[in-house]
Amino acid sequence: MTETPQTGSDERSEKTRTATAAIEEMAERGYAFGFVTDVEQDIVPPGLDEGVVRLISAKKGEPEWLLEWRLKAFRHWLTMEEPTWANVTYAPIDYQSHAYYAAPKGAEDGPKSLDEVDPELRAMYDRLGIPLQEQELLAGVAVDAVFDSVSVATTYKERLAELGIVFSSFSDAVREHPELVRRYLGSVVPYTDNFFAALNSAVFSDGSFVFIPKGVRCPMDLSTYFRINARFTGQFERTLIVAEEGSYVSYLEGCTAPMRDENQLHAAVVELIALDDAQIKYATVQNWYPGDAQGRGGIYNFVTKRGLCAGRRSKISWTQVETGSAITWKYPGCVLKGDDSVGEFYSVAVTRGYQQADTGTKMIHIGRNTKSTIISKGISAGHGQNTYRGAVRILRGADNARNFSQCDSMLIGDQCGAHTFPYIDVHNPTAQMEHEATTSKVGEDQVFYCNQRGLDDEEALNLIVHGFCKEVFRELPMEFAVEAQKLLEISLEGSVG
Amino acid sequence: MLDIRNLHVSIEGSEILRGIDLRLDPGQVHAIMGPNGSGKSTLAQVLAGREGYDVTDGQVLFQGEDLLAMAPEVRARKGLFLAFQYPVEIPGVSNTYFLKAALNAIRKHRGQPELDAMDFLTLVRQKTRLVQLDEELLKRPVNEGFSGGEKKRNEIFQLAVLEPKLAVLDETDSGLDIDALRTVADGVNQLRAPDRSFLVITHYQRLLQYIVPDVVHVLVDGRIARSGGRELALELEERGYNWVEPQSAPSAAPARA
Repeated sequence: MTETPQTGSDERSEKTRTATAAIEEMAERGYAFGFVTDVEQDIVPPGLDEGVVRLISAKKGEPEWLLEWRLKAFRHWLTMEEPTWANVTYAPIDYQSHAYYAAPKGAEDGPKSLDEVDPELRAMYDRLGIPLQEQELLAGVAVDAVFDSVSVATTYKERLAELGIVFSSFSDAVREHPELVRRYLGSVVPYTDNFFAALNSAVFSDGSFVFIPKGVRCPMDLSTYFRINARFTGQFERTLIVAEEGSYVSYLEGCTAPMRDENQLHAAVVELIALDDAQIKYATVQNWYPGDAQGRGGIYNFVTKRGLCAGRRSKISWTQVETGSAITWKYPGCVLKGDDSVGEFYSVAVTRGYQQADTGTKMIHIGRNTKSTIISKGISAGHGQNTYRGAVRILRGADNARNFSQCDSMLIGDQCGAHTFPYIDVHNPTAQMEHEATTSKVGEDQVFYCNQRGLDDEEALNLIVHGFCKEVFRELPMEFAVEAQKLLEISLEGSVG
Repeated sequence: MLDIRNLHVSIEGSEILRGIDLRLDPGQVHAIMGPNGSGKSTLAQVLAGREGYDVTDGQVLFQGEDLLAMAPEVRARKGLFLAFQYPVEIPGVSNTYFLKAALNAIRKHRGQPELDAMDFLTLVRQKTRLVQLDEELLKRPVNEGFSGGEKKRNEIFQLAVLEPKLAVLDETDSGLDIDALRTVADGVNQLRAPDRSFLVITHYQRLLQYIVPDVVHVLVDGRIARSGGRELALELEERGYNWVEPQSAPSAAPARA
């Protein structure tokens, strides 16, 4: 699957043309041999070629333009190399050994009742206070079809529809609002952006679509619906959120509960677009399976998230709490194109066991008087490795741009590591940049001080970690913050004492 | 209240405390004085249960129980309080939040219900007056950005809220100017009670002008070289520590003046 390195654009386009011709030919043959029968299968055998991309698109009944877009992405992906600059190590991924399409699993595949679910997982659910019905859903238990998800979703949808808000699965949006999807898809993260974004663009399974019309303030955090449907989103999610002039939306992704997932490779793409005076708040709690005590079997999470502040005075905030996955590769960023636009990034990343996280943000200042804030908190315990990687770029036209960055690392124990790579690139002399960084070790003296006031080791650690992450947690909606705090406590259990 | 018998303590193999005997009755205030390196702070740390100190011999009874067998947080919950010489900063955790967690841990241990936010605030307000602690400091993270004096005042404020049975003050006077010293001492004096004892560790006798001890012990080279009334402190001030020769015999209970 390796390609000869490209030497010139002529050569490349020549090559692409030939490739296209070959593919078209193959595709025709494919149809001749009956993709139709394939469509009825639920699982496609491992491997990735244009046939698989076409198959995915066909199964979803997608329009021609979307198939074309996927194919372009796939062809581009073939020319790319997997990035190796991140501060993570893992065995090479054989992309041909993965299956790229599986229909949403039917209830019959799951355990028959919660009694069949891993007791450890159940204990975690209980401690997080997740209602039984939701536990069943998360664990993939065969739930009665009458389950709330349908009705809840419908209620939500009706309320939102009255305001003109579109909130649906990506597939539904392609069917119901093709013009919107077509207009914005890939406008922030083009399929050429990076290796994983290209892969996602070719094979994305499903995801969410949100559209907030001009002047509308979305009356609720868009979360519950997503949470209930999380099971069906699959490994290559794609999310697109468009906020028109003067609108507002707060979106919550993910879940504190660890989710059952047999797919090791995850590559999601999230695109946000904020027009004049629009505001998007996007919060994530990520708790994918981190692997066993030796670090085997955990999820590889390669995510591309980017928001475009297209309009003047628009604002995009990313807040993330990352506690899961064996490998996290994720840099939610903002392109501050509109004058006076604002980008924010608040992050807590925890690595324990043998987890590795390379995460941070990119803030690209293009417009005048643009402002960005970065608050990153990395916590490492056990053998965990935590890297902050950030880029702040002030382009030539970005007069009076301002950035404030704060990157704090906390070490628990002496086997873990914290690393910081802040890149700053300024092309306008009026820019104001501030960067602060600290590394602290949870001191024996801090824990002892708490002990001496009556708190045990776990209580002491929770208190210290809570204090460390406070600036990020307060950006989360109340309930989510409480859950996230609890999740952190459980994650770090047994790290001291 | 506290009964220390023949206490020997080593750090990494070298002996710091070489047989301490001390008995502190309810309501009493004892002062421990001594030159640098005599083992004063070691005694405080061992009583509070800090790791890294090896008790090689002897025992300590606290309210009749084996203190050394208890985890540090259990000692605290049972009523032992250490005012730290160098109070630790805990960034991001507000002073109020911290203290509420501590108080409720102790109340839980005593079988009392947790205090709700309103009752807690009332209590805290009342106690801030005791040490003239600026209420602004309550909202700030624990000890972060506090001046030396504010940190020490904060320790005594915590003491006031947690109402321990035995308070060990480890060089609380160090780094305080005379006004702050007076305020801190006033706070301590108001907290003196028939069922509460104090062990005041200090290098200088000036603190003892304000907190008048029942007994003064002089610690030299890991042993109590001399014990006496408060006039012993004055004598030390005048003649210096060299005047007190480390006694060759460890001796049993020191004579009281």
